[in-house]
Amino acid sequence: MNAGHNLGPVDQIPFGEGRAFGVAGEQVAVFRLRDGSLRALSAVCPHKGGPIADGTIDQELVLCPLHQHAFRLDTGCSTTGAEPLGSYDVQMDNHQNIILRIAAR
Amino acid sequence: MTTVADENKRKTQPKTQAITRPKTQPRHQARQAKPAARRRLVVIGNGMAGARAVEEILARGGAEQFSITMFGDEPYGNYNRIMLSHVLSGEESDADIFLNSLHWYQDNNITLHAGVRVERIDRFTKYVFANNGHVVPYDVLIIATGSQSFIPPMDGLYTPSGSIKPGVFTFRTIDDTRNMVQHAQQDRPPEGERSAVVIGGGLLGLEAARGLQSHGIDVDVVHSGGHLMNAQMGPDGGAILRRSVEALGIRVHTGSRTTAVLGADKVTGVRLRDRPDIDCDMVVVAAGIRPNVDVAVLSGLHVERAIVVDDQLRVVDEDDIYAVGECVQHRGEVYGLVAPLWEQAVVLANHVTGADSTSAYLGSRIATKLKVAGVEVASMGLQGPERETDEHILFSEPSRGVFKSIVIRDNKMVGATLLGDSRKVAYLTQAFDKGLPLPEERISLMFDLGGPAEEQGVAELDDDAQVCNCNGVSKKSLVDVVKGGCNTVAGAMDATRAGKGCGSCKLLVKQVVEWAADGAVEEDPAASYYVPGIPLDKPSLMAAIRKQGLRSVSSVFAALAPGSAEDAKSKMGLASLMKMMLADQYIDERDARFINDRVHANIQRDGTFSVVPQMKGGVTSVQQLRRIADVAEKHNIPLIKLTGGQRIDLLGVPKEDLPQVWADLDMPSGYAYGKSFRTVKTCVGKDFCRYGTGDSTKLGIEIESRFQGIEAPAKLKLAVSGCPRNCAESLVKDVGVVAVEGGRWELYVGGAAGAHIRKGDLLATVDDPEEVKVLTGRFMQYYRENANWLERTYAFVPRVGIDRIRAVVVDDTEGIAADLDAAMQASVDSYVDPWTERDGPLTPGQFRTSLPLTALPQVPVR
Ligand SMILES: Cc1cc2nc3c(=O)[nH]c(=O)nc-3n(C[C@H](O)[C@H](O)[C@H](O)COP(=O)(O)OP(=O)(O)OC[C@H]3O[C@@H](n4cnc5c(N)ncnc54)[C@H](O)[C@@H]3O)c2cc1C
Ligand code: HEM
Ligand code: SF4
Ligand code: FES
Repeated sequence: MNAGHNLGPVDQIPFGEGRAFGVAGEQVAVFRLRDGSLRALSAVCPHKGGPIADGTIDQELVLCPLHQHAFRLDTGCSTTGAEPLGSYDVQMDNHQNIILRIAAR
Repeated sequence: MTTVADENKRKTQPKTQAITRPKTQPRHQARQAKPAARRRLVVIGNGMAGARAVEEILARGGAEQFSITMFGDEPYGNYNRIMLSHVLSGEESDADIFLNSLHWYQDNNITLHAGVRVERIDRFTKYVFANNGHVVPYDVLIIATGSQSFIPPMDGLYTPSGSIKPGVFTFRTIDDTRNMVQHAQQDRPPEGERSAVVIGGGLLGLEAARGLQSHGIDVDVVHSGGHLMNAQMGPDGGAILRRSVEALGIRVHTGSRTTAVLGADKVTGVRLRDRPDIDCDMVVVAAGIRPNVDVAVLSGLHVERAIVVDDQLRVVDEDDIYAVGECVQHRGEVYGLVAPLWEQAVVLANHVTGADSTSAYLGSRIATKLKVAGVEVASMGLQGPERETDEHILFSEPSRGVFKSIVIRDNKMVGATLLGDSRKVAYLTQAFDKGLPLPEERISLMFDLGGPAEEQGVAELDDDAQVCNCNGVSKKSLVDVVKGGCNTVAGAMDATRAGKGCGSCKLLVKQVVEWAADGAVEEDPAASYYVPGIPLDKPSLMAAIRKQGLRSVSSVFAALAPGSAEDAKSKMGLASLMKMMLADQYIDERDARFINDRVHANIQRDGTFSVVPQMKGGVTSVQQLRRIADVAEKHNIPLIKLTGGQRIDLLGVPKEDLPQVWADLDMPSGYAYGKSFRTVKTCVGKDFCRYGTGDSTKLGIEIESRFQGIEAPAKLKLAVSGCPRNCAESLVKDVGVVAVEGGRWELYVGGAAGAHIRKGDLLATVDDPEEVKVLTGRFMQYYRENANWLERTYAFVPRVGIDRIRAVVVDDTEGIAADLDAAMQASVDSYVDPWTERDGPLTPGQFRTSLPLTALPQVPVR
């Protein structure tokens, strides 16, 4: 089993925003929704490389800040016709740390 | 671990695929489940005809009958070629013209080989051979290879190495268009204007000319015919069209042939037969098209001018090969417009699927309705009278660019040309198509003489009359979607694609929808929402916020959104509105802001930011300049640029450096990033300038000091000029002030000179600079409270009307002037320089990089 990467306390991310992490050579944007739950997507927009962690989010979608392509926070699929973003399994452990799992390829 | 991996893989698959087949069953298994049950359909050419034919086949249950493979030479899904003119002119983004996205092919289980050319067909063994080595068998084959640009023979087209000379372009594909745009924008010569020669004065040439012009390029059109668009109209119409085109600033040379392209390794001009050379750095060849028949010829199919097909769209002498679109010759005709190919695609699909084996294509009567270079053009049948007994009705009004010509034979219309006024086109097209008897009063063919004729016109239209020629939408299809419950104009347009081609039929589409809905047409409700996620217009939204005492964006979603759902697209607009309404009572939730407003800088293409310190009225000092220079040096700023708003822009600053850059600058923010008051551009004014009558610099600085940073539905750019020479360009600003003789000041509002150009309307002339500041503030507050989200003043002012704005703002007819002033004062009082956040980030990681493993900046360092 992959124990996952501990990215540290969830407080690093304000509610309703995202922050980016470099994990095992990948750039990952982790979002903390306003209901407190976490989502993780790859941090680089497939369209023109926009920084996804700087995007605006709601409970469902993130909008890339550069040209406003929209991606589902759960699957990474685009609702505006862009290529999909990778998505990751992310959870909080008992100590309020962010645990991210990166699938082996 | 493996479970995680599987989970992830599945998650990243486009959702749409999961709908078309069970998630657990991979695609190849689904195929193997019923082997040989489906025949193999191969389509060569993935353009408008090929993709439309496949859509028609799918609509007739083709997915059950066929496994479909498409080859397209262009490395994309099918797009609307007609819209390339809009892409060239920049009105439309190239991403928006796709008709079939790559997902569409996946969803319909179509194997698309994009960017792959078919080179040969073996019609005996039934295989196609592609240039990438693919050999694919077919049971049924459709050829839809379209056309290519025809390049007339002339000298100097090619470089010695045989490639086409840099600066010479054709106009057929999305890549052609992108190349032209790139050339037009990027390789601008250091001095002098860009200029282009367009060879060909038909539909394509004129569209290319107009498109290039919108990039600021000086354009000449060289046309070998005696008059413009000679395929569609006679010399009289051509002459009027020429006037209209020349009025746009495009030079026209008719009856003249280009004999050579000049220039050694890139274009420097063209040589004309018996006219002087024309200098230019760009040549666009739009001299007609030639059907793509190479594959057909090579494979032994029957080809004359194009691939010859019968009334079933079957290639002559072939059982299993069909052809459709511009590559086809049917009953001697080869078409070059989209309307015929919609009709062809229907007949072809009826036969390929067996849905209707009696279906026959009998040719298309070409009635074209186009918008060429902004001019409405309709033409059908004869261009002019041919027999002594033909009646010819002619109306010509060159100054307005209107020309109408109708030819009548035996009381039937046999031809018409209309320019510059297309109001009667729908009726005339029908009269032409159906051979309707004509009214005795012939002039009513051309004009509506009183009465509600427009309405009648729509009611009279036949069900199958084509409303949108570009997308082949009949009156009946529109009426059907309206009857099916879609009673908004925008909804009906989305559902049918009517009006989404050249756009010239939008008025008619609107009339048909209104007629079909029998007055029950609804304004698209969402069109009036202030933000998409809250179903309220601006006044209702503001009233609800006040009534319920809402103070944050999240509380607005909770109280007013359907299902209390947050909506990312609405956040920025709500944040701005509430800050405006509540000033320091607003509870600022940072996640509601756009990234620019979270970090007070403008995001760049690589994720770095630009920093523009405040420089009131464009006035700076030795100390400021020295400090800016030091900061730029210390932080290795990639580009230092003077902005159009008279400030200095430091570009390419990584997010994490922003606080330090601000600290080192120790200057307030210039707000070059927000939907807010930006800057006041000033000229030097009377203290220095020998013409000046007012101290424009001083007033500009005072206005900027007062209104710095206030947010608005869209950005506000202001200017103050010291005399009517207007060096600060006050007439094209959101608010522009001009000093005039006698110590007076004129105030203009609603001007623009960006993507749109509009001269501002004169709001008032006042005696006192203080009065200027009061009216400026009052106008901006009225705009903040009443404009739609992202509606610039150039749209707001004409929408509301300058008379009404003057009544409210200057004459106070509604008695709200004092309220407006007080609300603006509250905003002014709550101003805090956002760059003070450098001393302590407001949120954790506010300035943390969002691309931790990318070395920024990626923008070029100059
Ligand atoms: C700028 C512009 C503006 C226009 N404006 C209008 C207008 O306002 N109104 C109007 O009615 N019409 C207009 N037209 C014409 C209209 O676009 C065409 O009539 C229509 O696109 C023809 O469709 P088609 O499928 O036959 O050809 P195309 O759309 O050209 O499609 C053919 C496709 O087949 C591919 N292909 C060719 N050979 C092969 C091969 N061997 N292997 C694989 N693929 C191959 C080509 O790359 C191309 O993608 C305009 C055209 C242009 C270029
Ligand atoms: C404020 C809004 C927008 C701005 C300023 C903007 C700006 C740009 C810029 C500068 C480019 C690069 C052009 C180039 O160099 O090739 C671009 C490309 C593109 N934009 Fe946008 N854009 C905006 C909105 C959108 C939206 C809303 C979409 C789609 C939903 C979109 C889709 C695209 C696509 C697909 C391309 C790539 C075209 C290509 O090169 O293949 N853009 N945009
Ligand atoms: S607008 Fe008038 S006052 Fe201002 S610089 Fe120009 S000429 Fe001088
Ligand atoms: S880079 Fe993300 S939308 Fe363009």
